[in-house]
Amino acid sequence: MSASETSPAAAPASKLPEGFTAVPPAPGRDGPGLATLGRLSLVGHAVPWAIAIAFFFMAEGYLSMGTQILIWILFALSLDLALGYAGIVTLGHAAFFGLGAYAAGIFSIHVSSDPILGHLVAIGVAALFGLISGALILHTTGVTFLMLTLAIVSILFEYGNQARSLTGGDDGLQGIKIDPIFGLFEFNIFGQTAYVYALVVLFLWFLVAWRVVHSPFGRSLDGIRQNARRMRAIGTPVWWRLLAVYTLSAAMAGSAGALSAHATRFVGLSVLTLLTSGIVTVMLILGGTRRLYGAFVGATIYFVVQDYTAKLSPYFWEFVVGGMLIATVLFLEGGLMDLGRVARKGWARLRGHRAEGP
Amino acid sequence: MLSFTATLLLDGISYGMILFIISVGLTITMGLMRVVNLAHGSFAMIGGYVAGYCTQRGMNFYAALAFAAIIPGILGGLAEVTLYRPLYRKGELSQVLLTIGIVFVTTAAVSEIFGAFPYPVQFPDYLVRPVDIGFRTYPAYRLFLIGVGAAIALVLWLVIENSVYGAKLRAAVDNPRMARAVGMNVNLLFTGTFVVGCALAGLGGAVGAGIMSLEPSYALKYVVLFLVVVIVGGEGSFKGSFVAAMALGIIDTLGKYFFTQAAPYLLYAAVFVLLLWRPQGLLPPKSAT
Repeated sequence: MSASETSPAAAPASKLPEGFTAVPPAPGRDGPGLATLGRLSLVGHAVPWAIAIAFFFMAEGYLSMGTQILIWILFALSLDLALGYAGIVTLGHAAFFGLGAYAAGIFSIHVSSDPILGHLVAIGVAALFGLISGALILHTTGVTFLMLTLAIVSILFEYGNQARSLTGGDDGLQGIKIDPIFGLFEFNIFGQTAYVYALVVLFLWFLVAWRVVHSPFGRSLDGIRQNARRMRAIGTPVWWRLLAVYTLSAAMAGSAGALSAHATRFVGLSVLTLLTSGIVTVMLILGGTRRLYGAFVGATIYFVVQDYTAKLSPYFWEFVVGGMLIATVLFLEGGLMDLGRVARKGWARLRGHRAEGP
Repeated sequence: MLSFTATLLLDGISYGMILFIISVGLTITMGLMRVVNLAHGSFAMIGGYVAGYCTQRGMNFYAALAFAAIIPGILGGLAEVTLYRPLYRKGELSQVLLTIGIVFVTTAAVSEIFGAFPYPVQFPDYLVRPVDIGFRTYPAYRLFLIGVGAAIALVLWLVIENSVYGAKLRAAVDNPRMARAVGMNVNLLFTGTFVVGCALAGLGGAVGAGIMSLEPSYALKYVVLFLVVVIVGGEGSFKGSFVAAMALGIIDTLGKYFFTQAAPYLLYAAVFVLLLWRPQGLLPPKSAT
């Protein structure tokens, strides 16, 4: 499955000159739009979604795992906007996922068990938190920023641990009830509704992310990542742009959290830890940043590896994921979606040619 | 009342001493090499497990402590040469990722070898017993921690302030490029210092096991605390990390007694506000100001 997902995106990437592979194409003079499909052909775009739809019909026993994959794809996609495109190196994305999950769960228990309404509330809560925390911390950079994001996750974790009456403390939030979607589609034990629901939500967010990345706003994020000072010099309101993308990213992560709460009807306190932030970053980096579909590849591979290796030993997956992460940083900076290019380069060098794209 | 306050203070100081022993290595890594090192907790954890393994098999406690320092030191040296060195040129993201990778690998390895449950270090009997300190009896273990921490702080202070090595280290922290330009072998200095930092972390993990209990999640659970000490104190600042470790230990202990409900998140909230107010930490080294 992973191979067929990797190839359509990796092939066009190699046509670009060295060092420019990861940057999305410049918009045309008429401005970008959904019609501009960038480097991917329509077929290339269809493949991942076709796989996701085919999975629904072919892998019934694995649907709950499939739902988890979709949720984490969305989470990784949200991180791609902040980290990949805008270059905001954060370890605090667990905060938004966790807030979204708790907001959706608590809303369903205390207010209304309508899934769409709860989902929107969760998105709102996460976005608001992203806006406020972003406004406070986005003027810092580097290690200080990292520490501030870590402090935020730690504050939320400790608060969630203390406020047992609201969050269930370290037992987790239990007793989440959800009504059928639109009063029609009930969340059943086979997880069909949850899967389709997650897929639709992911698709909608993907359209948003695609539109944002290929807009002038997205281009300015590219510039900010590469040289914030220069962007400021040419008049880009850097702080506002970062705040906007950070808030959007928080909303997406919160949406993923809400999906998770609705699909599993449980929220564990462990979502609000460094481990959660670490795992989502691992997924994104494994798949490749600034590609949108990198999140798809990374999350899928992560879950497949986890599923296979967990059968060998309960701890082995962590070992493998850690090893993959180290190898990615040292040898494969563009992530797994870069594998094709790196392999071709190696092959060309082996045959004595200059290392160039075809 | 006085004795109660003094007891709390001693608790706080002994906790702060562990934080200092472990974090001082991290402050060197992050200040000198500008590497965001999330894997520091792993070295402390390895030291703790080594000490636990040795003492459970009847080895002398102090010999076990020596191993708890030597093995993480060697592993740290190997990691510096093979894994960290390519990182110096890369951005924070790569550093965060690779060091998280190390955390994952060590956590998995420790779970596989020693199991997922807390793993005790067997302290000698005279440390487990309480002793009379005049106004009350007090656990000897905590006094031992204060003694070890103070001794290490003193030695480090003497070395850093009064030796050629210390002078070179301070110079390299303040201005690595200039240090290279005047002919110092900064790479060797890096490796040596990294080894010492990891050895201290291992030692801290071992002696501190009575308070910060050893389990596979140790590496990830406590690394935030270690980072807080380093960042609050100011990256690369030895005095800063000592002050920060003490403050953190005392505030955390007092908070747990007086605000049982709010303590943990008040601590992080305080760190949050402090970092917004002084992004470079309390006592940043000269180069950072």
